[in-house]
Amino acid sequence: MAISLRIRKRQTPLKLQSGLVLAGALVLSLALSALLLKLQGKPAGQAMLVIFQGAFGSLWALEDSLIKAVPIFLCSLGVAVAFRLQIWNIGAEGQYALGAVGASWVALSFPSLPWYLLQPLMLAAASVTGGLWGLIPAVLKLRMRTNEIIVTLMLNYIAILFLDYLVYGPWKDPRSFGFPMTRQFDTAAVVSKIGESNLNWGILVCVAAGVIFWIFFRFTRYGYEIKAGGENIRAARYARIPYDYLVMLVMVLSGALAGWAGFLEVSATVNRLEPSIMVGYGYTAIVVAWLARLNPLFIGVASLLLAGLRVGVEQLQLDFQVPAAFGQIMEGLILLTVLAGGFFVNYRFYLGKKD
Amino acid sequence: MDDLIFILAITLKSSIPVLLASLGEIITERSGILNLGVEGMMLVGALAGFVVGQQSGSLLLGFGGAMAAGMLLALVHAFFCIHLRASQVISGLAVTILATGLSSFLGRPFIGRVGIHLGSLPVGPLAEVPLVGPVLAQQNWLCLAALALVPLTAWALAGSWPGLSIRAVGEDPEAADAAGVPVAPIRYACTLFGGLLAGLGGAYLSLVYTPGWKEGMTGGQGWIAIAMVIFATWRPGRALLGALLFGGLTALQFYFQATGAELVPAWILRLLPYLLTVGILFLVTVLKRTRFGAAPAALGQPFFRG
Repeated sequence: MAISLRIRKRQTPLKLQSGLVLAGALVLSLALSALLLKLQGKPAGQAMLVIFQGAFGSLWALEDSLIKAVPIFLCSLGVAVAFRLQIWNIGAEGQYALGAVGASWVALSFPSLPWYLLQPLMLAAASVTGGLWGLIPAVLKLRMRTNEIIVTLMLNYIAILFLDYLVYGPWKDPRSFGFPMTRQFDTAAVVSKIGESNLNWGILVCVAAGVIFWIFFRFTRYGYEIKAGGENIRAARYARIPYDYLVMLVMVLSGALAGWAGFLEVSATVNRLEPSIMVGYGYTAIVVAWLARLNPLFIGVASLLLAGLRVGVEQLQLDFQVPAAFGQIMEGLILLTVLAGGFFVNYRFYLGKKD
Repeated sequence: MDDLIFILAITLKSSIPVLLASLGEIITERSGILNLGVEGMMLVGALAGFVVGQQSGSLLLGFGGAMAAGMLLALVHAFFCIHLRASQVISGLAVTILATGLSSFLGRPFIGRVGIHLGSLPVGPLAEVPLVGPVLAQQNWLCLAALALVPLTAWALAGSWPGLSIRAVGEDPEAADAAGVPVAPIRYACTLFGGLLAGLGGAYLSLVYTPGWKEGMTGGQGWIAIAMVIFATWRPGRALLGALLFGGLTALQFYFQATGAELVPAWILRLLPYLLTVGILFLVTVLKRTRFGAAPAALGQPFFRG
């Protein structure tokens, strides 16, 4: 009879200590990232400082982080809607692309409209294109029982190729000297900046979306049913919850929110459609949604942190010639360490007799 | 005739990475572990294969390095799924994100460098055989090894006792455990084997198919491999069919680019593999809804004794 380490699931997951576990996980991921830099012969400690200062150290940096947090937040909020029903929407990247395409189509087709008509129209178009792009995997899942992870991923590749086709082909600006981009949008199509700052009113869209998300899940019937369906499909079906309808609903909402992100990116940030808007916000959004445990407030915080990470790594790139992919590595490490932390929250250890 | 040879040769040649990765994923999923890290493992395998090959000058070491790299990532995923009982979806995605980043980060200095590559098969007198000869002459030994692996894994899963244990663990880990089958070690072994083949598939890209290292050079083939596992209904023979379909589409793409480029626009051709993957997924539901089409019962479920 040997004494060994035994593991048992906790009756209730840790509450208070879970913040501590999260902090520990984040520190560990930073340490691992620093180690990687050290192995590459870069000054690790200094590099971490550069990332932090580059992200939040100055007003300009903070503004840049906030601007990048906008698309991440909206995509992540969308992903979270689907995740609540345990629908694995990995397609925010493609839905974002299609949203950008829809908004650009309106901006390029109706240049003479005043801004107060044009911008809502762009937003509506982005919701429709993004939402429909999200609806495809939902319908396929329900009718054909296809796996939504694979379908949403494939649709990402298709969406990006479609966007490329548009900006290399029919929508290409003849005066772009061969660069793949549409012509610059008219000022009526550009979401304006807030006062003297670099921030635009898109932030307000985020706040509104976050509040609506919270109200939807806290007070509405569908919100409740989505949560119930996500926790136990069989029980939910037994309770006559319209599961199929909910799957389509969450995917349309998910796609529309990612579409909004695409709209704000082309309208406010880039002022035209070009391939460079595809920088993986949709994938970062999944990391954010998971880290934030699908809570809108935490999604806001996590979006800002991971947007800051991107901005900080850009600074790191300038100062120490570290490739931008370092940010992606850090994202992966954060996800893994927090995932590992979840184990300590849900299980406890004790020494017991081996049988 | 020449056109047919051209298409057949490229079909076979470009189906191998997807074939290797999906064979590995079949073994992994049959043991109950869903590995969504394949794309990342292929990328890191491609880089490791290229770098080790270039530095050592040895193809064998290159392929070995790629397999080791794939296995190392698979070990991470296995640890999270088996010991930490983490969500297999999130763990797999995290591995892909991490590995994609790592491959770009570490591969930076190797972009555009010339390395070594595996040459074609010496077919000798076989080259005279019509159709088969010229097609075979454009392949290589890794391609043959991958093809040989198809009946081998099929037999191992269906007819050998390790295969029986793997299936038992994937279908009903509690019962397998009660019968004395070591659940965790088998799942580790299967996940590592999947990582090994994914790494090898990646190295096929960087050492055989398009020699050299390019960022994101797998272009989603890891994901396509996972889709092919579903298409194959978790059986190796059908995985070959799926991989050949993918290869055939790639070959058509080359063919149209070489001949009538005006006939089908290039961007449509580039969409096809992804469209086909979606199409194939619902084809499989239309074709069969039998018991055999079902996923391993315990796929994605952590096993927890006591």
